[in-house]
Amino acid sequence: MANTATMNNASAQEFYLTEEHHVENGTMLGFWLYLMSDCLIFACLFAMYGVLGANYAAGPSPKDLFDLELVALNTSMLLLSSITYGFAMLEMARKRKTATLMWLAITGCFGLAFLGIELYEFHHLIHEGAGPQRSAFLSAFFTLVGTHGLHVTFGCIWLVTLMVQLHKNGFTTVMRRRLNCLSLFWHFLDVVWIGVFTFVYLLGVLR
Amino acid sequence: MHETTSNLQQLLLGRLGWEAIPLHEPILLMTFAMVAVVGLAVVAWITKIGKWNYLWTEWFTSIDHKKIGIMYIVLALVMLMRGFADALMMRLQQAMAFGDAVGYLPPHHYDQIFTAHGVIMIFFVAMPLVVGLMNIVVPLQIGARDVAFPFLNNFSFWMTVSGAVLVMMSLFVGEFARTGWLAYPPLSGIAYSPDVGVDYYIWSLQLAGIGTLLSGINFMVTIIKMRAPGMTLMKMPVFTWTALCTNVLIVAAFPVLTAVLGLLSLDRYAGTNFFTNDFGGNAMMYVNLIWIWGHPEVYILILPLFGVFSEVVAAFSGKKLFGYASMVYATIVITILAYLVWLHHFFTMGSGASVNSFFGITTMIISIPTGAKMFNWLFTMYRGRIKFEVPMLWTMGFMFTFAIGGMTGVLLAVPPADFVLHNSLFLIAHFHNVIIGGVLFGGFAAINFWFPKAIGFKLDAFWGKVSFWFWISGFWFAFTPLYILGLMGVTRRLSHFDDPSLQIWFIIAAFGAVLILFGILAMLVQIFVSIRNREALRDHTGDPWGGRTLEWSTSSPPPPYNFAFTPRVHDLDAWSDMKKRGYVRPTKGFIAIHMPKNTAAGMVLAGLATVFGFAMIWQIWWLVITSFVVTVGAAIVHTFNNDRDYYIPAEEVARIEDARTQQLAGQA
Amino acid sequence: MSAVSHNHDDLVHGHDDHGHGHDEGMPHVTFKGYMTGFILSVILTAIPFWLVMAKVIPDNKVTVAIVLGFAVIQVLVHMVYFLHLDTTSEGGWNMLALIFTAMLLVIMFAGSLWVMYHMNANMMPVSVEDMRNMP
Repeated sequence: MANTATMNNASAQEFYLTEEHHVENGTMLGFWLYLMSDCLIFACLFAMYGVLGANYAAGPSPKDLFDLELVALNTSMLLLSSITYGFAMLEMARKRKTATLMWLAITGCFGLAFLGIELYEFHHLIHEGAGPQRSAFLSAFFTLVGTHGLHVTFGCIWLVTLMVQLHKNGFTTVMRRRLNCLSLFWHFLDVVWIGVFTFVYLLGVLR
Repeated sequence: MHETTSNLQQLLLGRLGWEAIPLHEPILLMTFAMVAVVGLAVVAWITKIGKWNYLWTEWFTSIDHKKIGIMYIVLALVMLMRGFADALMMRLQQAMAFGDAVGYLPPHHYDQIFTAHGVIMIFFVAMPLVVGLMNIVVPLQIGARDVAFPFLNNFSFWMTVSGAVLVMMSLFVGEFARTGWLAYPPLSGIAYSPDVGVDYYIWSLQLAGIGTLLSGINFMVTIIKMRAPGMTLMKMPVFTWTALCTNVLIVAAFPVLTAVLGLLSLDRYAGTNFFTNDFGGNAMMYVNLIWIWGHPEVYILILPLFGVFSEVVAAFSGKKLFGYASMVYATIVITILAYLVWLHHFFTMGSGASVNSFFGITTMIISIPTGAKMFNWLFTMYRGRIKFEVPMLWTMGFMFTFAIGGMTGVLLAVPPADFVLHNSLFLIAHFHNVIIGGVLFGGFAAINFWFPKAIGFKLDAFWGKVSFWFWISGFWFAFTPLYILGLMGVTRRLSHFDDPSLQIWFIIAAFGAVLILFGILAMLVQIFVSIRNREALRDHTGDPWGGRTLEWSTSSPPPPYNFAFTPRVHDLDAWSDMKKRGYVRPTKGFIAIHMPKNTAAGMVLAGLATVFGFAMIWQIWWLVITSFVVTVGAAIVHTFNNDRDYYIPAEEVARIEDARTQQLAGQA
Repeated sequence: MSAVSHNHDDLVHGHDDHGHGHDEGMPHVTFKGYMTGFILSVILTAIPFWLVMAKVIPDNKVTVAIVLGFAVIQVLVHMVYFLHLDTTSEGGWNMLALIFTAMLLVIMFAGSLWVMYHMNANMMPVSVEDMRNMP
C-alpha cells in the first residue's frame, strides 16, 4: 500500500495534461454527418418515387414525358461542374487565389445552366398539363428532382458567398475548410443526380 | 369597397383574422387569461429585480453547454405542465362523459387536446429533457471544454424553443391539429383538415426537428473528437455511450421526419397527391415513412435514460457497473435493430403474413438486449451497499414499471394479438408504461442526480421522495384500468362512452391522474424548498454522491472551462480510478484557456425562423418571403463574423481554482 | 439549411492561421485523381444513356440491370475520386457513417417497397385503374 502511494505521488501528473489539449477540428466530420442525413432525405423521396412512381392516375407516363436528350445535356452540365470544382480545389492547394475564384465562377455557371435546363423542363411539363398535381407519379417526380434542384440552388448561393469571403480573407484555414465542405456538398449532389437520372429518367423510359 | 378591404386583408394577413382568436371558448379564454397574468407577473418580477441584462448575457446568448442544458430542462419542465394539464383534462372528460352526460369538452376541443398532449410530451418534454441532459453531462464526462460546435448548440436550443412557441401560440391564435400526434393522412390532408391546426403541427415539428438534427450532429462530433486523452471508446462512461448511439439515431431518423412532413406540406400547400385518396396517392406510405422515423424515435428517447440508470445504479450501489461491455453492445444492437421494427405500429394495415411475422419477430428480438440491460442493473445492485437516495428510488421504480411495460410490448409484438389490441387503450397503457416508467422516471432520476453538479446544491430529499411515491402510485392507478379497458376492447381517443359499466375504471384512472398531479406539485415544492435551503444543501466537494465519472472531479457548478487542465484517463470510471490512486488536484501552473464567445445569432436566426413558420401557417406570403430571405441573409452574414473566441487569462483561471481550493479546505 | 450548417467554425480549439502544419481532415487532391474520376464518370454516364436511347438491347430487364450496375459503379467512382473517401479519413468514422447510411438506405427503400407491395397485393384495389389491372 505504502509502495503504491509513493509511486502515485511521483506520477501525479499522469492524471492531467499540463498543456492545452489539442483537439482535432470536427467541422469536416460534422459536415459529412450532415450529408449522410441529407442522403436519407433523398432516400425517402426515392422510396416515395419507387412506391408511387407507377401511379399515373390515367395521366401521362414517363415514356410520354421524358426527353432523354435534355436529361443527358443536364447531366453533362453537372458533371462538368464537378470537374471544374475539382480544378478550383487543385488551384486552392497551390494557393492561387485568382485561378481558384475563376474556376469557382465557372462551376457556378455550370450550376446555373443545370438549373436553367431543369426549370425549362419543369415549365414545359407543367405547360403540357403534366404538373405535380396531375398524379402521384408526377408529384413524386417533381418533388424528388425539385429537391435536388433546390440543393443545387443553395449550393450556388453558398458558392457566391464563399467567393466573396475568399476574395476578402484569402486562404485562411477556415476558408479552405469551408471550400472543402462545399466541395463535398457539390460532389454529393452529383452522386444524388446519378440516382435520379438512372432511377427516374432511364428506368422510367424503359418501364 | 368591401371586396377591396377583404382582398387587402388577405394580402396583409393571409388567413389570419379576428375569428382566429377563440373568444367563444371559455376554457381557452380562462387559460389565456391565466397565462397572460402569470407571464406578465414573471416579466414584471424580472424587470423589478433588474435581471434582463443578466438573462440576456449569461443565458440566452450563452454558448456554454451547461447553461444550454439547464435551459433545455427548464423548457421541458414548463412544457410538462402544459402537457400534463392536457392529460388531466382528458382524464376528467373520460370519467364524466357517459350515457347522457357529454362531459365538459366538445369533441372539436377534445381532439386538439389529445393531439397537443402527444406532440408536447414527445417533442417538447421528452426530447428537451434528453438533449438537455446530454448537454450538461456529456462534455463533462469526456473531459471536454464544450461541445464541438458551441454556436450551433445555442441555435439548436432556440429552434426547439421556436417549435414550442408555435405549439403554445396555437392555443390562442387559431387552433391545433385534431388528428392525433402523428397526423395521419388523409385526415390531416387539406380535404379533411382545411384549418390551420395541421399547419401548426407541421411547422412546429419542422423547426424543432432542425434543432434536434443539428444537435445530434454536434454531439456525435463532440463524442468522437473531443474525448480526453486516454479515453478510448471502451473506456467511455455508459451515459456517453448511450448518448452517442442516441445521436446516431437522431442523425439517421430525423431527416425522415423532415422529409415526410415536407411531403405532407406539399400535399396541403401545393396540391400534390402523395397521401391523398385520388390521383394515385397512398396514405399508408405516410404511415410507413413516419414510423421509419417514429420507431427509432422511441429509442432516441429511452437510450440516454438507460445510460442514466446505469450511472445511478453504479453510484448508489457503491460498485462498478456489472457487465459494462455487454451494456455497450446491447446499446449498439438496439441502435441497429431500431430500424427493423417500424411496421409493428401498423400490423393491421393489411400486409401479408410474411411481412407481419418478419416485423413481429424483429420486435421480439429487440427486447433481448433490453432484457440484458435489466439483468446488468440487477447484478450491479446484487451484494452492493445500496443507498436509497432519490435518484436510486426513481431507478428502482423504473425497473419495476419498465419491466411490465416491456412485457406488454412483447405481447403487442405478436401480430394476431395486435389485431385485437391495435388502437385500444391497452396500447395507450403500454406506451405510457414505457415512456413514463422509462423516460420520465429516468429524467427525474437524472435531475436529482446531476442537479448538484449543474446548479451547485442538492435537491431536498424529503420532497423528492414524496414526489416519487405520488408519481409511481399515481401512475399505476392511472394506467392499470387502461390495460383492463383495452383488453375489453375500448379504443383510444374517444370523448364519450355509452356503456356505464366502464365508468368506474375511468374514475380510477382519473384518480391516478390526480395523484400524479400531487407528484408534480411535490416536485415544484422540492425545487422551491431546495432553493430556500440552498446553503444547507450546497455541494462544496463537487462529488456529493461518491461518483465514478469525470464530471464529479470538477467543482459544482463547474467553471466555464470545466477543467483547468484536461484530465488524462487510464481506466473506465476515470474519477473512481483517480480517487483510488491518490490523485492530487493541481493548484498552480494554470494557463490561459481558449473559449468560444457568446453570440445572439442563434436566438436571432431561430426568432426569424419562428416568424417564417407563423407566416407559412397563416399563409401570409409577403412575410413568408421576407422572413425566409432575411433568415438566409442573416445566416450568411453570420459566416462573415470572425470574432468568435477569446481567452480566459491564466490569472482568472488561477483565481477560480484558488477559490475552489479554499472551499475544499474549508470542507476538510 | 446548407447556409446554416457550414458556418460553424473551429471555436474552441486551434486558431485560424497558426495551425498545426497540416490541414486536419482535408483531403490530398491531385490532378490525376480528378481527371481519372471525370473520365470514368463520363464513360459510365454515356453508356447507360446510349443503351437506353438507342435501344441497344431488346430485353428491357437486361438493360435495367446493366443501367443499375453502371449507376452503382459510378457512385463508387464519385465517392473515391471526388469525395476522396477512404477508410482512414477521420479515423474511419466517415466510412463507418457511410456504411451505416447505406444500410439504412437499403432498409428504408427495400423495406418500403416490400411492405407497400404486400399491402397492394393483399388489399382491395383502390381505383378503377387498379381494378382493370387485377390478375
